[in-house]
This record gives sequence, structure tokens and C-alpha cells, in this order.
Amino acid sequence: MKAIVHKYEMDNIDTDVIIPGPYLKIMDPDELAKHAMEGLDKDFVGKVNRGDFVVAGENFGCGSSREHAPIALKHAGITAVLALSFARIFYRNSVDGAHLLPIEIDRDAYENISDKDQLEVDINKGEVNNLTKNKIYKMKPFPELIRKIIDVGGLLNYTP
Amino acid sequence: MTITEKILARASGNDKVSSGDVIFANVDKVMLHDVSGPGVMTIFNDLEKKGRKIEKIWDPSRVWVSEDHFVPSVDKLAAQNIVLVQNFVKKFGIEKHFKYGLGQYGICHTLSHEEALVLPGEVYVGGDSHTNTTGAIGAFATGMGHTDVAYVLLNGKIWFRVPETILFKMEGNIPDYLMAKDVILNIIADHGTDIGNYKTIQFNGSAISNMPMDERFTLTNMTTEAGAKNGIIEPDQTTIDYVNERSNATFTPVFGDSDAEFTDVHTYDVEKMEPIVAKPFSPANRAIVRELGSIPIDKAYIGSCTGAKYTDLVEAAKIIKGNKVKARTEVLPAAQSIYRRALKDGLISIFMDAGAVVGPPTCGACCGAHMGVLAKDEVCVSTTNRNFPGRMGHIGSKTYLASPKVVAASAITGVITDPRDVR
Repeated sequence: MKAIVHKYEMDNIDTDVIIPGPYLKIMDPDELAKHAMEGLDKDFVGKVNRGDFVVAGENFGCGSSREHAPIALKHAGITAVLALSFARIFYRNSVDGAHLLPIEIDRDAYENISDKDQLEVDINKGEVNNLTKNKIYKMKPFPELIRKIIDVGGLLNYTP
Repeated sequence: MTITEKILARASGNDKVSSGDVIFANVDKVMLHDVSGPGVMTIFNDLEKKGRKIEKIWDPSRVWVSEDHFVPSVDKLAAQNIVLVQNFVKKFGIEKHFKYGLGQYGICHTLSHEEALVLPGEVYVGGDSHTNTTGAIGAFATGMGHTDVAYVLLNGKIWFRVPETILFKMEGNIPDYLMAKDVILNIIADHGTDIGNYKTIQFNGSAISNMPMDERFTLTNMTTEAGAKNGIIEPDQTTIDYVNERSNATFTPVFGDSDAEFTDVHTYDVEKMEPIVAKPFSPANRAIVRELGSIPIDKAYIGSCTGAKYTDLVEAAKIIKGNKVKARTEVLPAAQSIYRRALKDGLISIFMDAGAVVGPPTCGACCGAHMGVLAKDEVCVSTTNRNFPGRMGHIGSKTYLASPKVVAASAITGVITDPRDVR
């Protein structure tokens, strides 16, 4: 996966800003995608290209259990969110629903990555390659079960 | 083992589990509503398109469905979702369907305890983040998204990473100007909105023993705002009586072992606390009401699973009684049964005599969906649980989270007010 970063240098980006409450009655993913990150950045949808990454701080996706949040991001074009940490339900939803990859990075990587950097993410190597800055960061490895669920394309395809 | 570990050990068929273990546990109860429900149905439809015929679900008797977020239906799309929910319930033979306008209905988390749908010792998964609420009866209750709920409906089990437990020992008697809301907002302010991430938050201590169940639910409800996987309180006589008043079902209360391990133990003296608010835009953004200065409000809101239980209405009514509200005040009881009881006991008259509007149970305004959302620059003091940007309406509106006592005192003065200052 090789694409551009959209960096939000803040902690606690909540699901209310990722996809505001009034849109929760929408089930069409492409319709949801039109409102991705609406509470934080009105220009988000216009500047994301298919495959891009979001980079953010601690506790990304906190708040409600709405799976609409990773669905809206995915259909807006995002394939992975790289953050210092994730709120647990957002993490589960992203993996179990096979919407996007929640990748935990360390603070050095977080501070080094700039908005619009080009990254290459390789979950097999466990590496994030910053092609713009010519730097390689380690990602936190996925726990065993999480990796298995990712590999089969979501929890509904997984047999314990 | 802690109570949470013991419940998960039983549900996963293990003699013992420890924090960090990844297990598949059998689920005792599962809930979906008018937001997570249509999500589940989308997944079922997708599976059927791929050739998997879904003619039955794991156990309809363990499933219950509420209509709460967009009811009374806010528009055509919401109305259509209610039809989807209705068809789903019928197709799979789910009998516990709390339909608005057809008897008892209300906010899912309130129904979970009002109707004793979940019993002490059970594993309960809900398609909503505030499912943590129900942990106050001594169950393992946790919120998930609609993929996980769909998985439970098909398989009757789900994976968990057994959480570490943080224990909050709450000592003392809660003074009459404080409520559980002040207690949990203080905890979140002291420890942050992610202290509980992937963990259990458990409460005990004399302050908890003296608390009625409605107040305990406020504590576990807002463990979600501390990021917790679940909030839990071990059952005592208050719990047992509460459940038995509402259900004939038999259950086995679970208690932690005396040598249970906690990753952290924090002790509080609740008598030293002051009435507080969480200022915009985080539940952790604490201010003591008396140190806040003059904050005029446009609206006082008494609603939601957090702040419109029967006890919340009683406490608000005590302060509002005989006064006129000076800011727009909206009271939405959390369930039809609570509304009826409040009507019978004269609380609704107190609110209406004061000039407040009383509306039907709904999550509506709490999540900015409908039934009283905020305009740009409007300021609201609210008994709800979140004050993120745009949570209750316009992105430029501001919500202060507070106890029903603070909200009631503010309603009759028009500025955010300590309940001690309106006596």
C-alpha cells in the first residue's frame, strides 16, 4: 500500500466528528463517505484519493460504537489509519468489518510524518516506509487473532 | 479472578482466564436498535447476495430490539429503517421488540435494566457504546459495532481480549448537592478519556453501597467516556431487590475473589467533591460550578440514558418545583415506564408548571439527531454524556455536561448554577 498522508495532529478524534449523528440513519456507504470527517475538516472528502492514509494522535475513534465511522472513512478512500492509539470499538469495527487497517505507530514516527508525505505500509514486514522523508518506522504488530481476522477479510469469514 | 474475569471464564468454558487472554465467549443477551439494527440487516443482505442463506439466528429468545435513536421517526429514511427493523424482528421471531407507540419503549440502555432484560452474571453485547450502563447490575456488558452484533446473532459467541481491571473505591456519603454524575465526571477529569481503553472499570466502596441503582447506572454508563470496555459493580442486596422487582427469572450473582488482581486502585472521598460540569468539548474538561463565572444558557436538557432515569427526574423536580424556568428546558424521560411513573407521581406537572416542555423518550437530542438540537453559538447544560464538537447540534454549539441537579438549578436561574445556590 503506497499513498498520501492526511495528518490531524490531535488526540481523541471522536466518531461524532468522523461521521456526525444525523447521518447514522444512512446505510449507503458511498452516501456516508460524502460526510466523512465533516465535523473536523470540511475539505477532507475533496482531498482524499483512493488508498490514502489518515495519521492522528491518541485514542482515535473514541465515542460511539457507530461502525459508520470506519465505513465512511473507507468509502472516502482511506485504507489505513495510523495513530498513537485507538479507542477499542473503532479498532474492533475496523478489523472485524474489514473496513480499514488500524495501525499503531510510536511517537517518533507520529512526529516525523508530515501532512502530504507519501508512505508505503507493509504489514507483513511490520513497517511503514516514509518515501518522502526516506525513513522507515516500525508499526506495533497486530495481535495473533487480529492478524488472522485481517487475513481472511473480516470476522464473518473467520472460523475459530 | 475479578468479577469480569469470572464471568468471562464461565462464558468461555474455562476454569480460569487472565487479563490479556484472547477468548471466544458465549453471549447470553444481545441488543440491536434502529441504528445498529439496519447495519446488521445490511450485512445479512450482503451475505445472502454471496450465497449464504440465513433463515434463522442463533437464539431469538436472547435477542432484544429497541427503537430509540431516530424515533418518533425524524424523516422518511428513519421511518424506512423502522420498517426494516420490524421486518427483521418478524422474520427471525424476536419477541422482545420495544416498539415506539406500542406500549413500553425507550432508550435501549434504560430498558436493559428497567425491564431486567439482562441479569447479574450474564455476558451482554449491545450494538451501542453505552451498553456499559448495564454492568451496574453485575453483568459483563459491552458495546460493539454492527459487524460484531451480526456475528453474535449468527454464532452466539464473540471474541474478547480479557481486560485488566481498574478499581475505583468510592468512600463516604454522597452529599445532597451531588449526584453520581459529579462522581464520574471527576473520575474522567482526573484520569482522562482513555484511562479505561481495553480495560474494565469497577466501582466499590461505601458510597456505592449507599447508592440507588439509578445512580449506579450513571457511573457505569459513563465508563464509556473513560474509554472502558465495560464498567461493573458487584451485586449486593440493592441489586438483587432491583432485579427481583422486575423479573421472575433466576440468576446466579457472580463476585470477584478476595485475591482478585487490579492493575490500579484509586480511592476517592466523595464527600470532598463539588458540583461540577464538563465544559465543551470533552467529558474530561472539568470546572467546579461555583468557579465557573456567569455562563448564561440557551437550553437546559434533561434526557438520555445517562440523565433521564426516574431518580434523575425526581432530583431535578425537587429543585424546579414552584419555580419558573428562565431558559428553554426540555425533559425527555428515558423510557415510557419512567414517563408514566413521573406522570403518576406529579413530576411532569412540576416540569410543565415551571414552563418546561416534556417530550417522548428518544436518544434524539443527545446525539444531535432531532427533537431539540442546538443552533450555532447556543449554550446547553445537559444531563447527557458527550459534549464533542457538534454532538448535540451545530458544530458551533456548546454543551456543558452536568448532573440533573445542576441542570435543574441552571434551568431556573438561566445561568449554570450550583444546586446549593438556589435553596
